[in-house]
Amino acid sequence: MKRDTDLVPTPSQTAGPFFAIELTTDEHCVKCVAGPQAGGERAWITFRVLDGDGVPVNDAMLEIWQADSNGKYNHPDDMQPKKLDPGWRGFGRVATGEDGTCVLETIRPGCVGPGTQQAPHLTIAVFARGMLKPLYTRVYFTGDAANDEDSILGLVPPERRETLLARPDPGRPGYWFFDVRLQGDRETVFFDV
Amino acid sequence: MDSLSTRVSIKPYARPPQGSQPPSLYEPYRATVKRAPLKPLVVLPHTLSEITGPIFGHDKVAENDHDLTCQHQGEPIGERIIVSGRVLDSNGRPVPNALIEIWQANSAGRYRHTKDQHPAPLDPNFTGAGRTLTDEQGAYRFISIKPGAYPWFNHYNAWRPAHIHFSVFGTAFISRLVTQMYFPGDPLFDYDPIFQSIPEERARQRLISKFDLETTRPQWAKGFKFDIVLRGPEATPFET
Repeated sequence: MKRDTDLVPTPSQTAGPFFAIELTTDEHCVKCVAGPQAGGERAWITFRVLDGDGVPVNDAMLEIWQADSNGKYNHPDDMQPKKLDPGWRGFGRVATGEDGTCVLETIRPGCVGPGTQQAPHLTIAVFARGMLKPLYTRVYFTGDAANDEDSILGLVPPERRETLLARPDPGRPGYWFFDVRLQGDRETVFFDV
Repeated sequence: MDSLSTRVSIKPYARPPQGSQPPSLYEPYRATVKRAPLKPLVVLPHTLSEITGPIFGHDKVAENDHDLTCQHQGEPIGERIIVSGRVLDSNGRPVPNALIEIWQANSAGRYRHTKDQHPAPLDPNFTGAGRTLTDEQGAYRFISIKPGAYPWFNHYNAWRPAHIHFSVFGTAFISRLVTQMYFPGDPLFDYDPIFQSIPEERARQRLISKFDLETTRPQWAKGFKFDIVLRGPEATPFET
């Protein structure tokens, strides 16, 4: 058994500029969270990561964690009395290209309980050179009726909530945009988890 | 509270003590200056979305993925090492089936990455990437070669101490850890802003592996121990 002083979590360090040789090889990227059998409304989200000068960040990795279309997570601690979509894992991993963007294919998750329901959302962790620890944010969907009742959105200052809302592409149903602004006037809301 | 929320109550995860993790903004590491948020983070009470996370199985790991010295026809050049340890949560419980991914420079300090411009030779027999799952006791083991130190452009004459990047998945998405393991006695620690970004000296020491004679294989490879602690659920005094 370890002494208590040794049980402090190991410090985070930056993923650096070269993580792509392992984490985001073609084999290890997960650009599609939802397999062809997954139920629910399909969504393609174009993420764009920008630094404090508005310059695209071309060496970021985004990891995504989300529930299935019923709002159920594939995890033993999700005790909600819901059936998990067969084959659902709920994890995604994408890397930005030279223009700072990347596309994730998924489905819109359901509301997540227990008790008070959370509006459909994706949890995102951002990693990059120049980031000593990951930044956590959430993607909600503009226009979702459940957003108004979401207790986490309710914690965010009203004028900053829009940074957490994916915007629909007016010309293409099912396509969404989400900017991750690491810094600046329109800085994305990040969560202290 | 209704009966449903009683039955499926959320057990929050413990937050790391002050000074044990680096800040997002650390000016000596110049790349943080434009990439760190300046507005206050919103403190998030944990929900199911935070305390759950991806679970990986053996489908993600091939038999020799943990051995970076046998991925090519010949052996890589460099000092053979065996890096092993355990993954525990902050309550001291082993974390089984944790996916660990590593990547590193070769023995000359060069990464097999198109953006690495350091004019040191690539090794045709070394990719520098591997992965494994922890066993039931949370134990893991990699075989590799010791990475070289390498220069970077952060400041004049900047050199990174030799390190191996570690990426680890725990039981929850918020226990996710990406870090770097260092080697004991590296003369570059004092000059490295990435290592120095961790406020507490004791916390920095947690990233330095220890030479270990027990796991050293005679006439073959030196052993280094590196234990990893991930965030776990808050401990309650009533827990048994």
